Amino acid sequence: MDRRYVYLDNNGTTRMADEVIAFMHENDSLYGNASSMHTLGRQAAAGIEWARKEVADLIEASADEIYFTSGASESNNSVLNIFRDRIDSGDKRNRIVISSVEHPATIETAKYLTKKGYIIDYCPVDHIGRIKLDELKRLVGENTALVSIMTGNNESGTIQPVKEAAEIAHKAGAFFHTDATQAIGKIPVSVKDIDADYLSLSGHKFYGPKGIGVLYAKKGVPLSPFVHGGHQEKGMRAGTYNNQAIFGIGKAAELARINLKDEHDRLWAMREALRKGIEERIPDVIVNGSNDESLCLPGTLNISFPSAEGESILLYLDLEGIEVSTGSACATGSLEPSYVLLAAGLDVELAHGSIRFSFGRYNTMDDVAYVLDRLPPIIEKVRAMSTRRI
Amino acid sequence: MADSFMAQWVYTDTVKDHFINPRNLWKEGEEFSPDGVGEVGSLACGDQMRVGIKVKDGKISDLRWLTYGCASAIASTSMMSEMAIGMSLEDAYHLTPAMITDALGGLPEHKFHCSVLGDKALRAAIDDYLEKNGMPNPYKGTTAKIICECKGVTDQMIEELVKNGKVNNFEELQAETGCSTACGKCRDRILEELNEALHIYGK
Repeated sequence: MDRRYVYLDNNGTTRMADEVIAFMHENDSLYGNASSMHTLGRQAAAGIEWARKEVADLIEASADEIYFTSGASESNNSVLNIFRDRIDSGDKRNRIVISSVEHPATIETAKYLTKKGYIIDYCPVDHIGRIKLDELKRLVGENTALVSIMTGNNESGTIQPVKEAAEIAHKAGAFFHTDATQAIGKIPVSVKDIDADYLSLSGHKFYGPKGIGVLYAKKGVPLSPFVHGGHQEKGMRAGTYNNQAIFGIGKAAELARINLKDEHDRLWAMREALRKGIEERIPDVIVNGSNDESLCLPGTLNISFPSAEGESILLYLDLEGIEVSTGSACATGSLEPSYVLLAAGLDVELAHGSIRFSFGRYNTMDDVAYVLDRLPPIIEKVRAMSTRRI
Repeated sequence: MADSFMAQWVYTDTVKDHFINPRNLWKEGEEFSPDGVGEVGSLACGDQMRVGIKVKDGKISDLRWLTYGCASAIASTSMMSEMAIGMSLEDAYHLTPAMITDALGGLPEHKFHCSVLGDKALRAAIDDYLEKNGMPNPYKGTTAKIICECKGVTDQMIEELVKNGKVNNFEELQAETGCSTACGKCRDRILEELNEALHIYGK
């Protein structure tokens, strides 16, 4: 089979959609400062408000609940920091509950809040990486200020029961945040359906530009400025508007809304074809997460290859033009393998030997066939070199 | 892909070469009866190496290895094998991680421990060879570095204590050796050695 370039790291980031690039170019004369009163400023502002409405429609919010940020990391930081401010003003609720598999932007900000007097409770997950709702019920109480559970996990692809989690939070009088970064454009995400108070998302995960994201905040929930120094975003996020990026995320949101069902089915079909192909061709593999369509983000396939180490597999695949990611410690620069997979009870060796394939809209079944052609000999080679060879 | 920017490979070209074409690999079913075998590393840290040596006239006449690990671990063991074959046991025993890393054209700092494992496995194989043949081991201890000068604690003492499961943290190490209890100036280096040993041998 001819060598080809196969990008399978769409959970890491995506290529901008052609339509998004075209749209940003079409509007590149709209460089006016959207806060200005002159025509160019007002045109830019109109474009930004159009984009705001597109993002709002995608998640069934209203436009005035959408705050543009630099991305989901900023959105996650901002939500938690709103609560940092609340404890300073004497709120007696001093606990925050997050899952043990949240993105570092949530985990690290939560840890930082412990310096401000918060106690962080970590909700454990089961063997597929799904939060244990009975544990969440036990952890959430009258002192809980905020519960933050991601919609779908970036590594395992596991979808969380966020609707149930929101209900548990609200029953205790706590606010509920979900980091929907990985779920947007792959599964339906509705702030109404979830009854979320806050939601984070990022443009570059669904074919929009990098450096642009959104924090959704329901009307009336606590807010405090994410960035001080300007009136933009109702005084919550200072800084001159990044017009083109905002136009881009608006277009990406429009595409995601229109294509959602087809995109979901296409991604799931490729994921399943790869999974079944690997299971047929390579002995002794373990799928991490769930193979149930209702519990897994459609484009994510996380597989462990016992006796083989992830970084080696990743780099041999890269030499063949196939780009993936791994949960191995070697690839992260830390000494620990993926905390997400370990939290789901995976053995360290299997976490080191995990590879994540994540599909996107520019992948095809030919890509699947190519991976199935090149992967088996690589696994065989790595295993033959291994002290752990079977 | 646009080609305005050329990307360097993750590691040096030498590492890449050894990664793609590993030398002296211990192939399955290969006729190779080693005179000594050494194994170091653990799956917890994600690197494990096994080295088998043949010895003739006080020299390493042949060597085979297996590695569970990342690209730099594979390349380090492969490079070590090329360097060690033909060396006297004494020279091979004193092969250092820095020599392997230099020969590879360098490794990123966080990958340095991969090369540490290669020479440790080689030493373990030489130890095994000498022990099996009832020969005295004049090398053991000669590679130790003193870390705590006040109490005379060496890197090898720390390594042995961790390897044998006697020490799992700094407090236990202090109780066992008295390190860093006098001037305390060595504390950071002791911690560095301890963490490295825990990483390699810990559970």
